[in-house]
Amino acid sequence: MSPLTFKGGIHPPDKKELAKDSPIKEAHIPQRVVIPLSQHVGAPCKSLVSINQGVKKGDLIGEPGGFVSSPVHASVSGKVSAIGEFPNAMGRMVTSVVIENDGKEEWTSLKDNPDYLKLSADELKEKIKTAGIVGLGGAAFPTVVKLTPPKEKPIDAVIINGAECEPYLTADYRLMMEKPAEILEGLKILMKTLGVSKGFVGIEDNKPDAIAKMKEAAAKESGIEVCALEVKYPQGAEKMLIKATTGREVPPRGLPMDVRVVVQNVGTALAIYEAARYGKPLIERVVTVTGEGINNPSNLMVRIGTLVSELIGECGGFKNGVGKVISGGPMMGFALPSLDVPVTKGTSGILVIPEEGVIHAEDFEPCIRCGRCIDICPMGLMPSMLSVLSEKGRYEEAKEYNLFDCFECGSCAFVCPSKRPIVQLVRLAKSMVKP
Amino acid sequence: MEAIKKEHELIVTVSPHVKSEESVSRIMWSVNLSLLPALVMGIYFFGPKATLVTALCIITAVLSEYLVERALKRKVTVSDGSAFLTGLLLGMNLPASLWSFSPFTIHVPIIGSFVAVVITKQLFGGLGYNIFNPALIGRAFLLISFPKAMTIWTQPTAAFFGMDAKTTATPLGLLKEEGIGKLMEVFGDKMNLYTQLLVGHRAGSIGETSALALLIGAAFLLFKRYITWHIPFSFLGTAALLAWVFGGKDPHTGKMLFFAGDPIIHLISGGMLLGAFFMATDYVTCPSVRKGQIVFGIGCGALTMLIRLKGGYPEGVMFAILIMNCFAPIIDRGFKTKVFGAIKTKETKA
Repeated sequence: MSPLTFKGGIHPPDKKELAKDSPIKEAHIPQRVVIPLSQHVGAPCKSLVSINQGVKKGDLIGEPGGFVSSPVHASVSGKVSAIGEFPNAMGRMVTSVVIENDGKEEWTSLKDNPDYLKLSADELKEKIKTAGIVGLGGAAFPTVVKLTPPKEKPIDAVIINGAECEPYLTADYRLMMEKPAEILEGLKILMKTLGVSKGFVGIEDNKPDAIAKMKEAAAKESGIEVCALEVKYPQGAEKMLIKATTGREVPPRGLPMDVRVVVQNVGTALAIYEAARYGKPLIERVVTVTGEGINNPSNLMVRIGTLVSELIGECGGFKNGVGKVISGGPMMGFALPSLDVPVTKGTSGILVIPEEGVIHAEDFEPCIRCGRCIDICPMGLMPSMLSVLSEKGRYEEAKEYNLFDCFECGSCAFVCPSKRPIVQLVRLAKSMVKP
Repeated sequence: MEAIKKEHELIVTVSPHVKSEESVSRIMWSVNLSLLPALVMGIYFFGPKATLVTALCIITAVLSEYLVERALKRKVTVSDGSAFLTGLLLGMNLPASLWSFSPFTIHVPIIGSFVAVVITKQLFGGLGYNIFNPALIGRAFLLISFPKAMTIWTQPTAAFFGMDAKTTATPLGLLKEEGIGKLMEVFGDKMNLYTQLLVGHRAGSIGETSALALLIGAAFLLFKRYITWHIPFSFLGTAALLAWVFGGKDPHTGKMLFFAGDPIIHLISGGMLLGAFFMATDYVTCPSVRKGQIVFGIGCGALTMLIRLKGGYPEGVMFAILIMNCFAPIIDRGFKTKVFGAIKTKETKA
C-alpha cells in the first residue's frame, strides 16, 4: 500500500541524520530553573509559592487561571529565589518562578498505580489535568480541554501524531524507538478517556524503524492501527494528519472534533501514561538540540525551565559561527532573540543555523505569479494573492482569500522563487483585520 | 563557551528558516537556455543576419532595462535574466531580413525591444506587474508600425556568406492566400512538408521555424517543472481541433469543408509552438491557478485559429496571447482555489 497523504505540501531536506541516532539522554540538571507561569495556550497560572519557600520536584507552583489553562510544577527540588518577569522564548516578558536547585532531587509524593486502565474516564482526565499536560508537539494546547469535547461533538477516534514532519527534529522519533509500549499505553488511556475503540498512530515513511517498533507494540492491541504516511511537509499538521489517516477533512476554521477526532503528539501520549500511572506531573520533555551550527547534536530529556544557553553548552557549543538559534523546527519555529530563555512545555527542539546558512528576509522580489505556492498550499489557499494584498494594505480583501484558514506552515515561503516573506505578510494581515 | 556570550549577534527573522534554492534568475536563465536549440537552428537557416537581429534585441532590452531602472531609482535587475529573455524572445519572433541597410531597417528591432522593456514592462512597474507579455507587445508594435519590413520573409539558405537570400512567403501565408494546393506544390508532398516544418527549413521568424528544436526546449521546461502542461496542451489541443474542424477547404470551390483541415500543419508552422510553450506560459501574464490556465490556453488556441482562418493576418498567435493576457486576472478571480475541507469528502475509513 502506498503511504497515506494529503494534497499539496513540499519536500524540504529533512536533515534528521544529524540527531536521529543519538539516544535520549538525561540533560545536566541545572543549578537554577526559570519556570514561566504561562507555557500554554490560554490563561496564565497564578503563583502558589513565595520567595524562599522550599519546593520538591513535582510540587504545584502555579494553579490554572481558567478552563483553558494548565498547572505548572517545580522541575527541581530546592528553594524559590525569585518570582518576576522574565523573557520567554518569544521575547515576551512573562511571570516566572526561579528555583535554586538544592541537588537533592527529592520528589513530591508519587504513587505507582499499575491498574490505571481501570480508572474511570473522569479520574483519568483529572490526572491528566493535574499533571499539567499540554500538547508537546509545539502548540502547547491544554490536553484536558481537547479531551472534554462538548456533547454535540462525539469523538470516535484518537490519532497519535508521530509524523514529525519538521526537518531536523528527532525527539518524537527517539521516543517511538525507545518507548513504544509506553506511548501505546498513553494512546489506550486517551481512548478510554474518550470512550472510543479506534486509535491511529501516523508516522512518516522516512522512519521505517519507528513504524516497525510501533507496529510490533501495537500487534497485540485491538483497534489500533499504525499508518505509514508519505514523507511530505506539513504531514504532521493536525488537519493534514487527519486527512491522511482517516480520510476526513476538517471543515474550514473547524477543529478536529468536528470530524470526531482527537489528535495528540507522541510525547504527549507518553506524558499521559506517566501521569496516569505514576501521577507524574509534566516537569521534563525531550528536546532535540541540532543543526549545522552545533558541535554535538543530541536528543536530551530536559527539565522545564532549563535555559537554552545550558543546552547549547551541553551539546558542545556552537560551531561554524552562530547565525540563528531557533526554538522548534526550521519551518514553523521562531528565532530566539536571546539564549537566556527557558525551555518550556512546547519546546520540541533547539536548532542552530550557522551564519552562512541564514536566509535574510529583506532580499525579496515582487511576486511573478508563478503559482508554485498555490500548487503546494496544503490548505488550498492562494498565498500569492494573500501576500500581495497584504503588501498593498488591502487586508479586508485578503479575507476573501481565506486569510484566516492559513495556519502559517511556511510551505509557500519555502517554494517562492522571489523569496517573499509570505508568512510574515499573512501574519500582518491577520493582525490588521478581525476574523 | 565564549560564543554563547555573544548573544546580541543572534539573527531573528520570521519563519520559515529554510527556503528552496529556486530563484527568479534561475528560472529566467533556464528559459533562456531552453530557447537555445531553436535559436541555433534559426541562425543555421537564416545566417548571420539572424544572429545580428537577435543580438540587437537582447542588447537593447538589457541596456534599456538598466537605464530605466537607474532613471526611476529602482533596484537594477538586469542580472535576473528577464530583460535578456524579453530581448531573446522578441528577436526570435522577428524576420532575419530586418538586418538590412537598404532599405534601412536596423532601427526596427531596437524600437521593438525598447517598447517591450520600457513601455510594456518597466512603466507598468517592472517584473511581476506588467499586464502584457513584453516581447509580444514589442512585436505587435512593430508589425503595426512597420508592416512591410516585418513581413519580408527570406528563404532559409543555411549559407553563412553574405549572399542575399530570396524572399518568399511563409507556409501559413501560402496556405492563407493560395490554399493547400500551392503549399503542396512548393514542398512536394505532405511528408516532405512535415519534415521541413519539423526541421525548420522554411520561411518565418528566426526562432519559430524549427518545431523539433522548440519541442526539445519545451521538454526541458516541462521536465524541470518550470512550466506545466496546462497552458501549452490546452492551447495546442484547441488549435488542432479547430484546425481539423474548420481548416479544410474545397480545392475547387474554395468553400469551407468541415472536418477536413490538417491540424499538423497548423501546429508546427507559424509561431504556434514558440507561443504555446514559451510565450503563453509567461508567469506574470498568464493565470496562476491551474484550472484557469486551461481556460487561458483554450482561449489562446481558439483566438489563434480564428485569426488564422478568418482574420486578415496569416498568423494569429501573437494577438491571441495578448488578448488572453487581458483576461488573466479575471480568470484567476473566477477560479479561486477551494479551501481545504470546504467540500465534504467521502470518508474512507473508520
